[in-house]
Amino acid sequence: MIALSLILVPVIGGLIALFIRNENTAKVFSLLVSCITLVLAITGVCSNQTAQLHYDAAWMPDLGSRITLGLDGLSKILSLLTALSLPIIITATYKNSYSNTGKFYGLMFLCQAGMLGVFLSMDALLFYFFWELALIPAYFLCSIWGGEKRIQVTFKFFIYTFVGSLLMLIAILFVYFKTADHSFALQSFYHAKLSASQENWMFWLFFIALAIKMPVFPLHTWQPDTYEQSPTAFTMMLSGVMVKMGVFAVIRWLLPVFPHASQTNGSFIIILAVIGMLYASLIAIQQDDLKRLIAYSSIAHIGLMCAALFTGQQAGTQGVIIQMFNHGINIIGLWIVADAIEKNMGTRKFSELGGLAQRAPTLAILLVVMGLANVALPLTNAFIGEFLMFNGLFRYNPVIAGIAGISIILAAVYTLNMIQKIFYGNTVALTETAHDSSFNVNAALVILVIIVVVFGVYPQPILNLTQGTEMVITKIP
Amino acid sequence: MVYLVPLFPLIGFLVNGIFRNSLSKTFTGLIGSGVILASFIVSLVLFLNVKSGGVLPVEPLFQFINIPAFKIDFAFQVDQLSCLFLLIITGVGFLIHVYSTSYMHEEEPGHFARYFSYLNLFVFSMLLLVLGANYVIMFIGWEGVGLCSYLLIGYWFKNDSYNYAAKKAFVMNRIGDLGFLLGIFWLLAKLGTANYNDVFSDVSQLSPTDITGITVLLFIGAMGKSAQIPLYTWLPDAMAGPTPVSALIHAATMVTAGIYMVARSNVLYSASAVAGNLVAIVGIATALFSATIAIKQNDIKKVLAYSTVSQLGYMFLGLGVGAYTGAVFHVMTHAFFKALLFLGAGSVIHAIHNQQDIRYMGGLKKYLPVTHITFLAGCIAISGIPPFSGFFSKDEILAAAYAKNPVYWVLGVIGAGMTAFYMFRLYATTFLGTFRGTEEQKHHLHESPIAITTPLLVLGILSVIGGFVNVPEVLGGEQQLHHFLAPVLKTENAEAVHELGSSKEFMLMAISIGVAALAILIALSKYTKKPELDEPAGFGKVLANKWYIDEIYDALVVNPLAYLGSFFKNVIDKSGIDGFVNGVGTFIQYSSRRLRLVQNGKVGTYILYMVFSIAILWAVLWNQADIIKFFQKIF
Repeated sequence: MIALSLILVPVIGGLIALFIRNENTAKVFSLLVSCITLVLAITGVCSNQTAQLHYDAAWMPDLGSRITLGLDGLSKILSLLTALSLPIIITATYKNSYSNTGKFYGLMFLCQAGMLGVFLSMDALLFYFFWELALIPAYFLCSIWGGEKRIQVTFKFFIYTFVGSLLMLIAILFVYFKTADHSFALQSFYHAKLSASQENWMFWLFFIALAIKMPVFPLHTWQPDTYEQSPTAFTMMLSGVMVKMGVFAVIRWLLPVFPHASQTNGSFIIILAVIGMLYASLIAIQQDDLKRLIAYSSIAHIGLMCAALFTGQQAGTQGVIIQMFNHGINIIGLWIVADAIEKNMGTRKFSELGGLAQRAPTLAILLVVMGLANVALPLTNAFIGEFLMFNGLFRYNPVIAGIAGISIILAAVYTLNMIQKIFYGNTVALTETAHDSSFNVNAALVILVIIVVVFGVYPQPILNLTQGTEMVITKIP
Repeated sequence: MVYLVPLFPLIGFLVNGIFRNSLSKTFTGLIGSGVILASFIVSLVLFLNVKSGGVLPVEPLFQFINIPAFKIDFAFQVDQLSCLFLLIITGVGFLIHVYSTSYMHEEEPGHFARYFSYLNLFVFSMLLLVLGANYVIMFIGWEGVGLCSYLLIGYWFKNDSYNYAAKKAFVMNRIGDLGFLLGIFWLLAKLGTANYNDVFSDVSQLSPTDITGITVLLFIGAMGKSAQIPLYTWLPDAMAGPTPVSALIHAATMVTAGIYMVARSNVLYSASAVAGNLVAIVGIATALFSATIAIKQNDIKKVLAYSTVSQLGYMFLGLGVGAYTGAVFHVMTHAFFKALLFLGAGSVIHAIHNQQDIRYMGGLKKYLPVTHITFLAGCIAISGIPPFSGFFSKDEILAAAYAKNPVYWVLGVIGAGMTAFYMFRLYATTFLGTFRGTEEQKHHLHESPIAITTPLLVLGILSVIGGFVNVPEVLGGEQQLHHFLAPVLKTENAEAVHELGSSKEFMLMAISIGVAALAILIALSKYTKKPELDEPAGFGKVLANKWYIDEIYDALVVNPLAYLGSFFKNVIDKSGIDGFVNGVGTFIQYSSRRLRLVQNGKVGTYILYMVFSIAILWAVLWNQADIIKFFQKIF
């Protein structure tokens, strides 16, 4: 029952929120609903009862598609991230005002519901349905509440992901026809019989859709623009959770359904991903805009996840799973700081900032901690994930691991650059009159910092959740 | 009980960090120093336990990472080696904390507390580094001390050049850390464990290539942390931090982490001749190279910084030739006299209001008697004059170097001569002659308060007598340290040294003492009356500019990468990839506009299309089989 209500609560909450006119009511209501979802997710994560964690009902019997939802280790971690992110986002951006607050939050909920659906679906058609459901509110959020160039940017985002979705749909339908019992069920897909070349073609159709979503070099150019132009609350959702849909789908669908093609194309994708890591890191160093720096930093981090996925090493894949969670937490933290600075100063350009630590010491400390998590310093959460992912990559090929490792040096360069240019040095005209971050921003960041440290020092509970996915992973030898 | 040792500094960090704006300076100083004293006392108890044979078993506190591929416990290992380092870290650390309460007293309370919380966090990380029972815990401490070093170098964060120095230190260390990390991965891939005990007992399962690969990668980590060629340039810049920080982190403790790591892994390094030689060559090269730079520096802290780099080189020489005890011994004596020298320099800087250029000092002997006498003791100790501590430890390394290869010894003695020379150049220019600063500075010259002079005196005494814990047999000593560390450190080189025979050992000793004494005399006679005040010219200018290594690195690595980054950003990403993507969009719009023209309403055109289409269909029908085969191939 938990599985179903995890989706229903945000759907219903979102639909109600759409019709709330009053700004404050909408905010309080949204915070409440998001917390209910969070409590549900935590209950689900802690629960072991199959009856609670699975849901199965007829949907389209003629087509062989059912509403099958399930919470295993992988989806538990991602549901927790999805459910956790929204209350934090709402808290951190509580003072931002939107035209039509109710509609804004309503769409955020629908987006959240779609993502939860993606993570819980054990049926390919249902998966596709939720995949699209999550995207539609995203277009509206970006195109209505975005920045100056929002129309152009949203259009690009839309075309990119829409093309990807179509390719994925073709692949899903093709595999469907090749299943023994003509069913969209996950298990039927796992046992679908495809010839080597069919598998290869379908692999690429499916992978391109996911690669756009993650994004993987060179399909990434929609991302910095979209992150920059979207309203920050939505950017947090997009970068913190939504891009994980791509990584998730690789683990849940792509690798097990196309095991041989995953193996044969793995080295090509790994090389592409590693190139992307270094490429994005070098660009991040050159950025003068805080948001674009975070965007490129994220591309580099996602590149590592993508590379580790195709190593076929269990340690690497476990690293990816927990890194999805940790990356979500950390990047939301960085966006919160970015938003606080932009709201406070009216600019995100490093060249116009400096010395802010003297005026906003609390914000400075919190950004330093988030920054350290971004460079995966030990005893922060990201270290565990990167340690395991690089470990997998090393077992796959030590030379590639060494080259990819250069990105951890570059990460230190751009992250420390960012901290230095915003917070250190002498104050400039803009920062002279700045004030420290507000209570709601601090509260959200403190929660994230606690998560960063706790999962950095004691990662075993979340690592245990990744054990259940072993079987699926070891299928690619 | 062992968990108390790092726990105290952690508590200090949290208390001073969280309540930094509400605590008084006195209380902050008490907490900051008190927690280190507590750690020192516990360390002392542990040390005495271990000395009487009670090595504690390794017991995990909790499972840090437990996955099917490998397990990593959060566990501490208390043995002879870690105990010795515990004493150095907490002992010298405590003295420096006490010193800091006075040295940093002009800071505002909030920043004063920030300073102490960073310093406590540093000690915590450093203790983690030496206490860890596996390489992963060592790595946690390793990056932790790097972070604290970053925070403390950039402590005065309003100054941009300090911030750059801090960033440089962190990034260069990260280069080394990557090597360290890859070494750990190699170990985990081959042995499935990173526990010292398991790794060292399983060495036989590793192929020679594995051992060489692992040791070289680990050594890259050590090069970064312990400032060896080519990753040393961050350390001199790190002098931007407050002087006690330079004493604690960049002289006595953190920079010796690389030596600790190699000594800890001595079983691995002994098994690889390649790695041993690499360590020795990098060590001696660094020792000589940085000594040449130190000769021409005029910043009191820069001289000491290059001297530290050089002394670390000696330690690596010792490790490379198998004198593990000698290297660890030198870590200890160096901690005493280099911390002393830095703190002495701090006392001088304090007395003449933040002047660091020795050309504007001189004649400080009579104004700062305690600082002077202890500084002199430090200079003699580092120059290797018996019976001061530095003599014994340096001698042990040099004797072992001779046994391995006389060339190492010759180079080592040359380096020792340069060390004595630049130290006494520094001493003479600073303390002898007449004062060359402003009248106002002269008026305010005064000996530092007791919180500063007491640590100086304690370290001064240790610098003088510290060497007696390991007097070589040839001088009638018992080599207590050697026997104490024997359970954890390989001692093969000791026999080789023994085989040299006592007369040869005496001769080697006499030569190195002679060279050092001569260098001291030259330096004193040259610089006491007539200090070097002019800008250096010719080759001296190259040395004063540090062989232009920073400029070379900028030209070879930093600038090309920056150029590549902006090329990627502005050309590839914007015009290339994004241009292509937008181009596709434009092309589709364009072609659909063109395609619209196909339906132009003229019957003639339609007939033409029809004819063409029929022709194509015919062609398809004729080649049906091939086309179907093609599609079958695809699907």
